[in-house]
Amino acid sequence: MSNEIRIRTERERNWREFFFQWEWILVGVLLLVVIINSSISPYFLNFNTFIRTPATFLDKGFIVLPMMFVLILAKIDISVGSTVALSAVIMAVSYNAGLPMPLAMLLCLVVAGLGGAINGWLLIKFKELSFVIVTLSTMIIYRGIAYIILGDQASGGFPDWFSFLGWGEIFGVPFILICFVLVAIAFGLLLHRTTFGRSVFGMGRNATACRYSGVNTDRVVWIVFMLNGLMAGVTALFLTSRMGSTRPNVAMGYELEVIAMVALGGVSTNGGIGRVGGPLLAVFIIGFLSYGMGLANLQAPIVLVVIGTLLIVSVLVHRIRFQSKKKNSAV
Amino acid sequence: MNIKKRLVFTESLRELGLLLFIIVLSVAVQFRNPAFLTLNNINSLLTNTAILAILAIGMMLVLVTRGIDLSIGSIMAFTGMVTAITVARVPGISPALAILEGTAIGVVLGMITGVLVARFDVLPVIATLGMMNVVRGLTYVVSGGRWISSYQMSTEFKAIATGRTLGVNNLIVIAVVTYLVFTYFINHTRTGRRIYAVGSNPAAAEVSGIPKRRLIFLVYAIMGGLSGLAGVLWVAKFASAQGNTAIGYELQVIAACILGGVSITGGVGKLSGLLLGTIMLGILANALPLINVSPFWQMGIQGVVVLAAVLTNVMVRRNTERTALRRRAI
Repeated sequence: MSNEIRIRTERERNWREFFFQWEWILVGVLLLVVIINSSISPYFLNFNTFIRTPATFLDKGFIVLPMMFVLILAKIDISVGSTVALSAVIMAVSYNAGLPMPLAMLLCLVVAGLGGAINGWLLIKFKELSFVIVTLSTMIIYRGIAYIILGDQASGGFPDWFSFLGWGEIFGVPFILICFVLVAIAFGLLLHRTTFGRSVFGMGRNATACRYSGVNTDRVVWIVFMLNGLMAGVTALFLTSRMGSTRPNVAMGYELEVIAMVALGGVSTNGGIGRVGGPLLAVFIIGFLSYGMGLANLQAPIVLVVIGTLLIVSVLVHRIRFQSKKKNSAV
Repeated sequence: MNIKKRLVFTESLRELGLLLFIIVLSVAVQFRNPAFLTLNNINSLLTNTAILAILAIGMMLVLVTRGIDLSIGSIMAFTGMVTAITVARVPGISPALAILEGTAIGVVLGMITGVLVARFDVLPVIATLGMMNVVRGLTYVVSGGRWISSYQMSTEFKAIATGRTLGVNNLIVIAVVTYLVFTYFINHTRTGRRIYAVGSNPAAAEVSGIPKRRLIFLVYAIMGGLSGLAGVLWVAKFASAQGNTAIGYELQVIAACILGGVSITGGVGKLSGLLLGTIMLGILANALPLINVSPFWQMGIQGVVVLAAVLTNVMVRRNTERTALRRRAI
C-alpha cells in the first residue's frame, strides 16, 4: 500500500518534472521571440527568410557546443574570441603567402586546436592556477599575436568557392545550418551517450572522486579544451567566409555571447548540470533576438546590454533555484 | 625555517627580483634611447601610470578574496561619460564635485556586482563579464554614440589631470593619497585584515564569525568606486569621453596585480609589490615606443609577461614548499 502511494507520487513528480523542465521555458521564450520578430517585419515568418536567418548568427554556435562541456566541467574559457581572431588571421596570411586554400583552412583548424590544447595543458600542468587566469592570459596573448601578425590591416582575397561556407545553400537550406545540426548531433551523442561524456559530468560534480575511480581526468580536461579551441577554428572559417576578409579585432566579445548562450541553456556554472538541448535552443533564442533587434533598428549597444543582462539573469535564476532546492533537501 | 617564514622570505626575494628587473630594464632602455631617464619622461611615465595604480589597489582586494573584476574598463567609460556630460551641461560644477559624482556612480555599479557575487554566489567571472557588457552598452546609450570633446569641458575640470599641486601633477598626488589611505585601511583596520582572512580561508573565516558575504560585497563596491574615480581622471586627462574609453583596460590592471605578486588563489597581495608591478607595466608601456617597438606588439608582450609571472609564481611556491618539506624530513 505505502509502496504504491510512493510510486504514484514519484510518477506524478516525473510528470511535473517533465513539464517544469528548463527547456520548455526556453521553447516558450523562443516562440515569443519569433512572434515579436514577425510582428516587427511581415517578411520574417516567410519560410525562405526564416530558414536563412540562422546563417547570420550560427558561426558562434559552433563554440557553444564544446563550451557546454567546459561549463559542465565547472570551468570557463574566455579565450575563444581571441582564438577565432588568431586562427582566422593565420589562415588569411598564409593563404596570401601562397599556401593553397584547403591547406590554409586546415592550418586554421590546427592553430585553433593547438590554442585550446595549450589552455588545457596549462591547466593540467599548473593545477594551482584557476581557469580564469589561464584563459585570461591566453586571451591576451592570442589576440596579441594576431595584432603582431597583421597590425591594423585586413587580409582577404579568398577564392570564390570559399564564400560557399558562409553563404552557400543546399536545396534552399544554408550550408552552415546543415553543418551546425550535424556537429550538434555529434556533440550531443558525445555528451550523453559515451563514457567520455559521463566522465565530464562526473568531473563537474567531483573531480577528485572521478580521479580515484579511474577516470583519466587530465586527459578529459585536455580534450575538452582542445575541442573548444578546434570549434573556435570552425567558427573562424565560417565567420571569415561570411565577411570575405579578416582583421585582428574580429570576434571581439564572442566569449560573452557564447557563455551567455550556454548559461541561458540551463548549464550550471557550478558544473555537473546541463543537457545539449538547452544551449541549442539558447543559440537560436539569442540569435533571433539580436536579429530582431536589428530589424527594429535598435543600435548594437542595446544588444550588448540585453545579452549581458540575459547572462546575469539566467545564472541568477539557476542560483536561486539551486539555493531553494538545497534548503528543501536540508529540511 | 618553517614554511610560513620561508614563504615570507621568498615573497620579499620576489619583490627584490622585480626591483632588480625594473632597474635592468630601465638601464637597457636608457642605452637604446637616452630620452628615457629624463625628468620630463619620468614625470609623464608616472602620470600615465597613476590611473593604473589607483585601479590596481581595488583589483588587488578583489583578487585577494578569490574574485576577479572584468567590468572596470566599462565602469570607467560609463562614469567618465556621465561626468563629462554633467560637466558639459553644467560648466560651473566644481572639479571636486565631478570627481565625487563619478566615484558615487562607480560605487553603485560595483554594489550591483557585489550583490550578485556575495548574495547570490554568482561566479565573479560571469557576473563581471555580464556587467562589463551591460555597462559598456549603457555608455553608448547615454551618450547616443557621440563623444564629449575637449571644448565642451571647463578648464577647471581638465585641470584635474593637467594641474599641479606642490609642483607634482595632480594625478600622481591623487594616486599617492589613495595609496596612503589604503595602506592604512588594509594593514591597520579590522575590516582590512578580515578581507585577507576571507581570502586565505573562506570557511575558517566564516566559522570564526567574520561576515564573509558583507566583506566580499564591500570589496566589489570599493573596486567600483575606484573605477569611477579612475574614469573621471581618465576623461579629464585625455579631455574626451568616448563610448570605447578604456576598453580592455581591466586586463592591464589584472596584469599589474599579477606582476606585483598578488595571488589569484586568494589571500596574498601586498601594496609594495603592487606598486612595483604597476611601475613595471608603466615602464613597459612607456619604453616600447621609445625603443621603436611597434605598438601592435604591446598586447602580445604584456600577455606573455603576465603568463610568465603567473607561472614563475607557481614554480617558486612549489619549490619553497618542497624544500621546506625536505628539511622537515631530515
